[in-house]
Amino acid sequence: MTATAEKPDLEIGRDRRRKEDQRLITGRTRWTDNLALPGMLHLAMVRSPHAHAKIVSIDTEAAKQAPNVVAVFTGADLGANQGACINAWAITPDQVTPPHVPMPSDRVAFAGETVAVVVARSAAEARDAAELVDVEYEELPAALDLKESAADTVLAHPDLGTNKSAYWVFDSAEAGTGGSADEAIEKARGDGIVIEREYRQQRLIPAFMEPRSTVVDPTGEQITVWSATQIPHILRFAIAATTGVPESKIRVIAPDVGGGFGGKLQQTPEEMITFAVARMLGKPVKYTETRSESLMTAHHGRDQWQKLTLSAEKDGTVTGLKVELTADLGAYIAIVGGGVPVLGAFMFNAIYKFPAYHFACQTVLTNKTWTDAYRGAGRPEATYAIERLMDELAIEVGVDPLEIREKNWIKHEEFPFTTVAGLEYDSGNYEAATAKARAAFGYDELRAEQQQRRDSKDRIQLGIGISTFTEMCGLAPSRVLGSLSYGAGGWEHASVRMLATGKVEVVTGASAHGQGHETAFSQIVADRLGVAFEDIEVLHGDTQIAHKGMDTYGSRSLVVGGEALVKAADKVIEKAKPIAAHLLEASVDDIEFSAGRFSVRGTDQGLAMAEIAMATFLAHNLPDGIEPSLDSEATYDPVNFNYPHGTHLCAMEVDTETGGVLMRKYVCVDDIGNIINPMIVEGQVHGGLAQGIAQALWEEAVYDDSGTLVSGSFVDYLLPTAADTISFEVDHTTTASTTNTLGTKGVGEAGTIASTPAVVNAVVDAVRQFGVNDIQMPCTPERVWRAIHANDGDAATEGAAAPHFTEETGMQGQTDRTDGAGE
Amino acid sequence: MARIELTVDGAKVSDDVEPRMLLVQYLREKLGKTGTVIGCDTSNCGACTVHLDGRSVKSCNVLAVQANGHEVTTIEGLANGDELHQVQESFRECHGLQCGFCTPGMIMQAVDLLNENPSPTEAEVREGMEGNLCRCTGYHNIVKSVLHAAGGAK
Repeated sequence: MTATAEKPDLEIGRDRRRKEDQRLITGRTRWTDNLALPGMLHLAMVRSPHAHAKIVSIDTEAAKQAPNVVAVFTGADLGANQGACINAWAITPDQVTPPHVPMPSDRVAFAGETVAVVVARSAAEARDAAELVDVEYEELPAALDLKESAADTVLAHPDLGTNKSAYWVFDSAEAGTGGSADEAIEKARGDGIVIEREYRQQRLIPAFMEPRSTVVDPTGEQITVWSATQIPHILRFAIAATTGVPESKIRVIAPDVGGGFGGKLQQTPEEMITFAVARMLGKPVKYTETRSESLMTAHHGRDQWQKLTLSAEKDGTVTGLKVELTADLGAYIAIVGGGVPVLGAFMFNAIYKFPAYHFACQTVLTNKTWTDAYRGAGRPEATYAIERLMDELAIEVGVDPLEIREKNWIKHEEFPFTTVAGLEYDSGNYEAATAKARAAFGYDELRAEQQQRRDSKDRIQLGIGISTFTEMCGLAPSRVLGSLSYGAGGWEHASVRMLATGKVEVVTGASAHGQGHETAFSQIVADRLGVAFEDIEVLHGDTQIAHKGMDTYGSRSLVVGGEALVKAADKVIEKAKPIAAHLLEASVDDIEFSAGRFSVRGTDQGLAMAEIAMATFLAHNLPDGIEPSLDSEATYDPVNFNYPHGTHLCAMEVDTETGGVLMRKYVCVDDIGNIINPMIVEGQVHGGLAQGIAQALWEEAVYDDSGTLVSGSFVDYLLPTAADTISFEVDHTTTASTTNTLGTKGVGEAGTIASTPAVVNAVVDAVRQFGVNDIQMPCTPERVWRAIHANDGDAATEGAAAPHFTEETGMQGQTDRTDGAGE
Repeated sequence: MARIELTVDGAKVSDDVEPRMLLVQYLREKLGKTGTVIGCDTSNCGACTVHLDGRSVKSCNVLAVQANGHEVTTIEGLANGDELHQVQESFRECHGLQCGFCTPGMIMQAVDLLNENPSPTEAEVREGMEGNLCRCTGYHNIVKSVLHAAGGAK
């Protein structure tokens, strides 16, 4: 018996082309909306046009008479069958949480809320009949503007008596992790520098490309739910917990899922309504939303006001940071909802050695679409605030913004470093990433060109933006989540099944929707077990196959799920060793495992993993007392977050006559630890960058003063196109994470977290000579132009040439108005 | 109902359809050509792009009856048996897709673009792909894929 396996080249670190792609580039896909079952019925939702109204009556008779309509249900008809939408994270013990019935029968709290559902034999017939449902509303005053709502001027939910949901505070003096921010600021008012700013994090829409769709088949013993979701396991739990259907009777499948970015991290009213209708009719049913329904009702992201106070000594050494946030929850508290700003609470101090820190956040209910996680979830907001402030501090001190950062950041020899927010950063090297980015960018040359353009008063001014970011990712150590009162753990599950033919099935509780887990996880297992990449199949997204899991979000799949895989694979090896020893007639202590081969130390005797798998399957000749299986599973709970970081540099050209902005160059050097698949990593960074840049320049969910989402289609909500974006320069430095075996750090959110402040810093830098120190996002040509001209006394633009949505032109159409740009 | 006869991915098909039925609905619901997907209601996203007589169209913007007597090619008919089209290969090679939802439309649009301009510059690719939205890739690798396909075709 000799080993047949050649020692393979290591898979980790290779640019493997993706296993997922063959089906995706040939159209052999299984999106939820592609499913058709015998006798399947189709749903159409009847939605409220009003932001806040009493439902006086609903007349469904005409709809019921329409061709091929099977049923029409109101909230009252669905009753307790519809369960409830849960909030898994009450951030304070006294959080005010409105009950969230998927289809209310008495009152609607945002425009787009469902009040009735039509069931018909075709989607078109359901849609036609939905137009015939006659709903009488009595409009109520709507709480729309965030700051006004925080003052309880109008109540989003009158029964609650307030819009203020929760007030969450972290103070380093109280926590024992630092001094008093208030004292530091007071001292700086006397002999140092105090910078006070208020920044707006506009409301964004995740806008995944695949509209959400749910199919529920109630035939058979288990009710099967296919849904375009990031969280099949959490969804199953939530359905069971709120409908009384036993968890064991529910199977949730997330088939091919077309993007999420946090936007499909939700238990949605539409899923609950579809589940209820299927049960009531005993027939398979499908609901697929239109794009406008998606933009109007799938949860939004960001939407905060940030009041910030930074104190420093005269030389620019930071001494304190105080953050006061107001965050818009929308009409209901979504599954993570109020927790999003809390995820940012530990990140405002970023890579800098603040000795004192205070964070407070007021979450506020309004009559707008609910908000929840969107790529980065809390951390982009924090990074934006601190990276914008560091630029302002550099101006005050009169030094280059890179210099002020270097003065204050944690030096590479100071890791592990416990921050003022109480986190232990395990590793990093900000100097190395910055040096590499600076060289690739041509920083000094671009600074020289900027000066030349300023001196010559060129129409096109150049700005350079910097973002030296870090993030906490890999959600999350369960005990940390427990200490924050989160309603679940942060572990991940994996199992490895050794098939008789030498193939390997890897089951993960992570649930991919574009990240390439099937490829990257195969690479990890291939190296660990010494089997061929092609012989590994990664299974996920079906609660009957991957029976345990915490799903995919928060840059967790690799750093938590990947580690669970490593542990499961290691158990396979341990189970195989006594079998190998028995077959090789050696002592277990003499068995070594390397590159897929079990060998007897000091001999050339050995067996390949596949041979052990076959021998175990046959079970003809196993040692006494050994179970005939190599299959293993592991559940891994991370001990710490991990902390990717990077230096992002952006050059923006601003046309000072039109306010138009143009990205000229974007360079980033990220340290995300060891890299499993560089090609996939680069793709994650590119996509993240585009989303962060889009927040800086284009995207904003805008409501009119009656609470209607006016950016409710792709005509109005400005997703960037290929013609709006540029090719990016992406590079890496590597300091391995010390908190997991593979030394990896998360990457899914890095680009989004880092890029927004880099772009806005660049735009502001380009026009700072006009007295500008802020431009509200998105930095539209109008806002940039207004900022440039805010202080020059030019005559106002009037008539048809005047900008839309401004008070002076009488179009007070925008809820969170844009005045203040350039102030 | 209106009777239509057309060729889809090389096969002759014939159906009675409602005059209001969109080509994309016809492809998905009547023919089971679910490789072509619907991403928006406003013909902005391009996910449903197919070829009508060899030119790219957004199939949500064409009525099924307008395709009567014409030839339609979808993502499912692009490869020659097991042999992928050069553009399909390039998207895989250059990691021009992540979730893959926009991909059928992107590929069909890229094929049309390269038919018209076999050696585009990066700027021409960006302009030519402007009608197709992607949320995952930031377009970087999509542009790279199209340029790679152009290079490979030379």
